[in-house]
Amino acid sequence: MTNFHYLRASQLDEAAAKVKGAQDGALMAGGMTLLPAVKLGLASPSDVVDLSGIDGLSSVSMDGDNVVIGAMTRHVDVANSDDVNGKIEALADLADGIGDRQVRNRGTIGGSIANNDPAADYPAACLALGATIITDQRSISADDFFTGLFSTALGEGEIITSVSFPVPDKAAYVKFPNPATRYALVGVFVASGSSGVRVAVTGAGQNGVFRSGELEAALGGSFSAGALDGVAIPSNGLATDIHAAADYRAHLIGVMAKRAVDACG
Amino acid sequence: MPDGNSGTGIGAALLRKEDRRFITGKGKYTDDINRPGQTFAYFLRSNVAHANLKSVDTSAAEKADGVVAVFTGADLEAAGVGGLPCGWALTFQNGDPMVEPPHPALAQGRVRHVGDPIVMVIAESKKQAKAACHLVNVEYDQLPAVVDMMEAIKGDALVHDDAANNICYDWAIGDKDEVDKVFDGADHVTSIDIVNNRLIPNAIEPRVAIGEFDASSGDYTLYTTTQNPHVIRLLMGAFVLQIPEHKLRVVAPDVGGGFGSKIFHYAEETLVTWAAAQIERPIKWTAERSESFMSDAHGRDHITKAELALDKDGKFLGLRETTYANMGGYLSTFAPAIPTYMHSVLMAGVYTTPIIYSNIIAVFTNTVPVDAYRGAGRPEATYCLERLVDRAAREMGIDQVEIRRKNFIPSDAFPYQTPVALCYDSGNYDATLDTALKNADVGGFDKRKAASAKDGKLRGIGYSTYVEACGAAPSAIAGALGARAGLYESANIRVHPTGSVSVYTGSHSHGQGHETAFAQLVSEKLGVHSDAVDIIHGDTAQIPFGMGTYGSRSLAVGGTAIDKALDKIVDKSRKIVAHILEAGESDIEFADGNFTVAGTDKSMAFGEVALAAYVPHNYPLETLEPGLEESAFYDPTNFTYPGGCHICEVEVDPNTGVVEVARFTAVDDPGTVVNPMIVEGQVHGGIAQGIGQALLEGCVYDDSGQLITGSYMDYTMPRADDLPSYDVATESSECTHNSLGVKGVGEVGAIGSPPAVINAIIDALSELGVTDVPMPATSQAVWRAIQEAS
Repeated sequence: MTNFHYLRASQLDEAAAKVKGAQDGALMAGGMTLLPAVKLGLASPSDVVDLSGIDGLSSVSMDGDNVVIGAMTRHVDVANSDDVNGKIEALADLADGIGDRQVRNRGTIGGSIANNDPAADYPAACLALGATIITDQRSISADDFFTGLFSTALGEGEIITSVSFPVPDKAAYVKFPNPATRYALVGVFVASGSSGVRVAVTGAGQNGVFRSGELEAALGGSFSAGALDGVAIPSNGLATDIHAAADYRAHLIGVMAKRAVDACG
Repeated sequence: MPDGNSGTGIGAALLRKEDRRFITGKGKYTDDINRPGQTFAYFLRSNVAHANLKSVDTSAAEKADGVVAVFTGADLEAAGVGGLPCGWALTFQNGDPMVEPPHPALAQGRVRHVGDPIVMVIAESKKQAKAACHLVNVEYDQLPAVVDMMEAIKGDALVHDDAANNICYDWAIGDKDEVDKVFDGADHVTSIDIVNNRLIPNAIEPRVAIGEFDASSGDYTLYTTTQNPHVIRLLMGAFVLQIPEHKLRVVAPDVGGGFGSKIFHYAEETLVTWAAAQIERPIKWTAERSESFMSDAHGRDHITKAELALDKDGKFLGLRETTYANMGGYLSTFAPAIPTYMHSVLMAGVYTTPIIYSNIIAVFTNTVPVDAYRGAGRPEATYCLERLVDRAAREMGIDQVEIRRKNFIPSDAFPYQTPVALCYDSGNYDATLDTALKNADVGGFDKRKAASAKDGKLRGIGYSTYVEACGAAPSAIAGALGARAGLYESANIRVHPTGSVSVYTGSHSHGQGHETAFAQLVSEKLGVHSDAVDIIHGDTAQIPFGMGTYGSRSLAVGGTAIDKALDKIVDKSRKIVAHILEAGESDIEFADGNFTVAGTDKSMAFGEVALAAYVPHNYPLETLEPGLEESAFYDPTNFTYPGGCHICEVEVDPNTGVVEVARFTAVDDPGTVVNPMIVEGQVHGGIAQGIGQALLEGCVYDDSGQLITGSYMDYTMPRADDLPSYDVATESSECTHNSLGVKGVGEVGAIGSPPAVINAIIDALSELGVTDVPMPATSQAVWRAIQEAS
């Protein structure tokens, strides 16, 4: 682990200025990914800018038909939010299944999305629910936000302030955990709402979270598990590791998708 | 002090005395020890599997902040530091000695596995030592690495130039020609190809070593996380560093789990001890978890082809196997013995198989050395045998229980001489099976299977009836078989003037609960409360020369040594009492902590006798020395043979391949049970490791010898939610050749359980045509087995 400067900001523009002014700056939300990476020598930022002192970033509110979650809202607070449970129960369930209790008490939605770990849960929710990611500079649709492994549309020093989720008619997330890490080996989020059926898959893709055209097409015709019978998921572009080869992941995507549709009730 | 033993003797389910300090953070582990003027070591380890070292440039590291000294293999060679010794010599079938290559503590010119230490950097802080390690420039001239044993034996690339085809030894037991004849005439032959997966031990406490040297006295001290401090003192002092034993103290304080991986003498122990004398300051090394993965000896790793010959009724006629056993890049301390004298000789199992041939080919590869790990050879034997029996029953249409009963060694046949050297002294395999069938509610299985089917799950039941060998012994036989050490145990009992007792044992506790169970032995025999007894272990400056703890030997060997020393205490006490009460020695009776003169009301409490021994005013000084302290060394006449039956029920989700252990029933025969709670805990832990091996754990190297499962991100340790609540019971038959009747229980869970789990999965999937699944039976492996069958 290398030493770094610890900087605390109380305003968004102050945080942005500090991270831009650093030689190799990093924004820290809950620190559940950044700090372990620093400890292991996988990241060595010169400056870490802590966002936890900025007011107004941790809240859940309704904006018309959208659930708006502040970027610094911890997983535990999303899981326990009445608004989230009432409007998008699948999202509360997802938050309740991230990492372990310690992680859920520190980790934030903004941090998770900005990191875009290919096995993280939140990116699947954003993509399937057609969320809008709101930053200190603009609004970005989830379809444009996740650009690859650990990469997003965020510019340098751009800070997520909230995520706005349209309330779906039906939604569910089912995760098949990696036996060692308990991250998603395959996670499938299905949602049906005003913008049709959207299915996002995390954990499986070589380039991170993605929407499954095959599953969306099948469910678009009939939103039922039976509609997925015989739908082949191509293993092209899926990851292979010691826990799951691409063909097994492809198979699991189909199984998890069916279970998610069943869970929609 | 409480009166009498108040029910704290043998059989009492006492809470463990040591747990208060363990669970309140008061345990004193090696890393908790800090010595004045202490420095810190960090090791630069090879990041390639096989290479010649073109150059090792330490000049920048030597100049780095805080660096005290830097040592390389060349420094050790110049100083005449010997290589790490191997403690067991095997032979080829023709009698030639095994290939025993040198094992330098720091690589000398060549590295043979990822993690092989190359440079030792010593600095004022661990951080400085680690930072300086990054400044060492190693130029590797990479050599082809061999990882897979079947590739290694082709000999295209050699781990050691003098080990042709990478073979360490090719050893066998049994008469191959006679066995082959039996197979030629058999009605049925069942064969199986299995891999016993390589495991990484993962004790919760990583290895730690602190070396210290007192220049004024010439005394060395090594604090280390070992299971056997005297063995380390002997191996390191006599064979590596030539330090006479009276000048070398080895201390193993509280140790946080060993499972075998802390038996062996490791390079870091030698290095901190030797270097402490070079710099005349103490040196501490604490393994990081990543280092543990690549430097603690791994376990298992066998590739086996085995065959069972049967008559038309399913009676076993003969067995033959060929096993390739991975030794890794060097021979760890007891590595050669594990696949042979801890595995081949168990191939009779609980059965009357009259003739057996076992051929073991030990193979060097560019991987971490492999040695004993909980069960050590016996899980491999049990897995092979119980998979084979399960398959034979399926092939011949015989019930799993029936085929076992038909071939059990009957309870009236003990002592039973197996065809593979061992002679079992006692056992009752029908009794453990009967109780297991009842506890597992096997009668209700069909109903449960139907209920699972309604949920879309496939339910299966699997059996394992096993025997193992504990308390490795006797020394003379072990010596004849190649052991370079004795296998006895020692005890010293010091009774204090008011009757409390200190026991100095050569056994070592690293989680087993000796402080409680051994105190119960004293309580039982002397009638004192177990709270009046302390157990001291782990420090060669305090305890008599002992062989330590491994192979479930502590109670059977160490406990019996204590019992023998206690007998001497009672004998001497009787003499003292006879004198004071003016009675004949043969008239003195002893029960419940009181000596009485038979037929009179004259008596003395044990505490009074102790006081008399130390305040010998009225004492037979002309014939008896004062004091009450006795020692015993106990060398057993045979192994002990715990056995039992494990029954596992699994539910398999055929859509994903996920296996859930729905029920697990164990009925074990550990001999006399001293503390039922500790026995149950030992079985629980063992089963967790067995289910871990069966379903989750597997060490993976890539073809270039990189350790893929180098952290918990990839190596799947079992967690609480992977495991069911177990139904654990004992059904004991006493050991006939030790005074306590004890057999051992530390390893039975890990030995008996893996085949029960795998047999249950095969049972669940048999309706789909699946006949084999590998360990670990991960969801992917099970799904693939289903795909391949359909």
